[in-house]
Amino acid sequence: MNGSALHGERAAPDAALLAELKTVLIMLALLGGLLASMVAQAGSQVLRGTGDLAIVIERADGKVQILDTTRNQSIGEVAGLGDLSHASAVFSRDGRYAFVFGRDGGLSKIDLLTATLVARTVQAGNSIGGAISQDGRLVAVSNYTPGGVKVFDADTLAPVADIPAEYAPGQLSKVIGLVDAPGQRFVFSLWDAGQIWVADMREPNTPKIDRFSDIGVNPYDALITPDGRYYIAGLFGEDGMALLDLWHPQDGVRRILAEYGKGDAKLPVYKMPHLEGWAVAGTLAFVPAVGHHEVLVIDMLTWKQVDRIAVQGQPVFVMARPDGRQVWVNFAVPDNGQVQVIDVPSRQIVQTLEPGPGVLHMEFEPRGEEVWVSVRDADQVQVYDTATFERRAVLPASKPSGIFMTARAHRIGL
Amino acid sequence: MRRWINVLALSGWAVGALAQPPNAARQQELSHLLQQDCGSCHGLTLRGGLGPALLPANLAGKPASFLVQTILDGRPGTAMPPWRPLISETDAAWLVERLLSGGQAQ
Repeated sequence: MNGSALHGERAAPDAALLAELKTVLIMLALLGGLLASMVAQAGSQVLRGTGDLAIVIERADGKVQILDTTRNQSIGEVAGLGDLSHASAVFSRDGRYAFVFGRDGGLSKIDLLTATLVARTVQAGNSIGGAISQDGRLVAVSNYTPGGVKVFDADTLAPVADIPAEYAPGQLSKVIGLVDAPGQRFVFSLWDAGQIWVADMREPNTPKIDRFSDIGVNPYDALITPDGRYYIAGLFGEDGMALLDLWHPQDGVRRILAEYGKGDAKLPVYKMPHLEGWAVAGTLAFVPAVGHHEVLVIDMLTWKQVDRIAVQGQPVFVMARPDGRQVWVNFAVPDNGQVQVIDVPSRQIVQTLEPGPGVLHMEFEPRGEEVWVSVRDADQVQVYDTATFERRAVLPASKPSGIFMTARAHRIGL
Repeated sequence: MRRWINVLALSGWAVGALAQPPNAARQQELSHLLQQDCGSCHGLTLRGGLGPALLPANLAGKPASFLVQTILDGRPGTAMPPWRPLISETDAAWLVERLLSGGQAQ
């Protein structure tokens, strides 16, 4: 192109000479380009892994920051991700790519190493979360509008399967609590229908669906235990939780903790608790009560409640430090400026932190020495030492919400 | 302003007692609450989530008094909680005006 531009500006006395000149110029241009790209590659060729990276959602701006959790600093950002209210993310199994699920139905694939948006599709009108399959090849999104689950190729984001949550003729349910499970399955719950569905994706284009009805009124979120065996949905519309043993799905869904809350006046719930990050310490699980300012302690061998721990407010996230020694809790408005830490052996609150207004999420580093906390109204992400509770770092972030570390790439259900 | 007064009149509360809208600082708090906390269920852009969309078109035909009462006392049998412990009737009337006028929509 350079050659022909030059050509046009000169007189043209000799066609053969000009043709030769043009060839030389094109070769020079090509050589120059090659050299430039070699220089550029040498410049960017500081090799690094992604195992200590994370993303934080900046929900008001439709972008994410990429965080280095070793140096406790931001190393890049990716914009153009749409409406990220209630956004979440999963990671490719190589830890390089994040799949971000936005409220507006947007599914975005981000390259953490180059801080670029590599693919994006707006696949529904209103969605709530997603999951990546056991083999890493499929990404599923759970949608409110139209209610159902859509499945995409993790490489290209091309559509693979559509699973409308049709529970009665023409009736689609909002879908919540979508997780991956061993056996190349996705499991999810139907808010409007009170059902749990298990989708076997071994034939990706023709999922085989098992449906479990009458699991309880308004399942609002669900989790899968870290071993991938038990899927448990919290019920908003009634007491108790619904348990499905994925090793023995033929046994059906059974109700656990049905005795909880009976006769107690419930307090208003200003934000739905999240069950993901179900805090498991030994055989005990710590879960948020609904409508009570308590964390419940459940014995996972009997599925009975064995204790309740009074806390500051309505718990939203109840997260175990990876070693299971501590459980960290944040709260719904108006108590969302605080974080409380429960010591697991004594079941006592050992620390109350005040990170600032609007604590939305917490994410532990994989071995638990630090925890990252998003503080929405302070426009900060804060890093705490979990042994001393000292604040190690404060990073600016615009209305931060979820924080997701790449270690999730290798965990069932995250 | 006239519309706001209309909302109060429709809401059936003692207009005399509610003549003063929330002050500027409170309005800012309420606007923030509407986006961030109502937004948890109704969407940051109020286009809906677990709860229904709250754009003017979605609320058309619903009396302001009903909306004010829904905010203050919740909807029993649904996930909508009563906000009375956190906001006053004046606050709720102002929020309803914001919603009906589309002033909060993005």
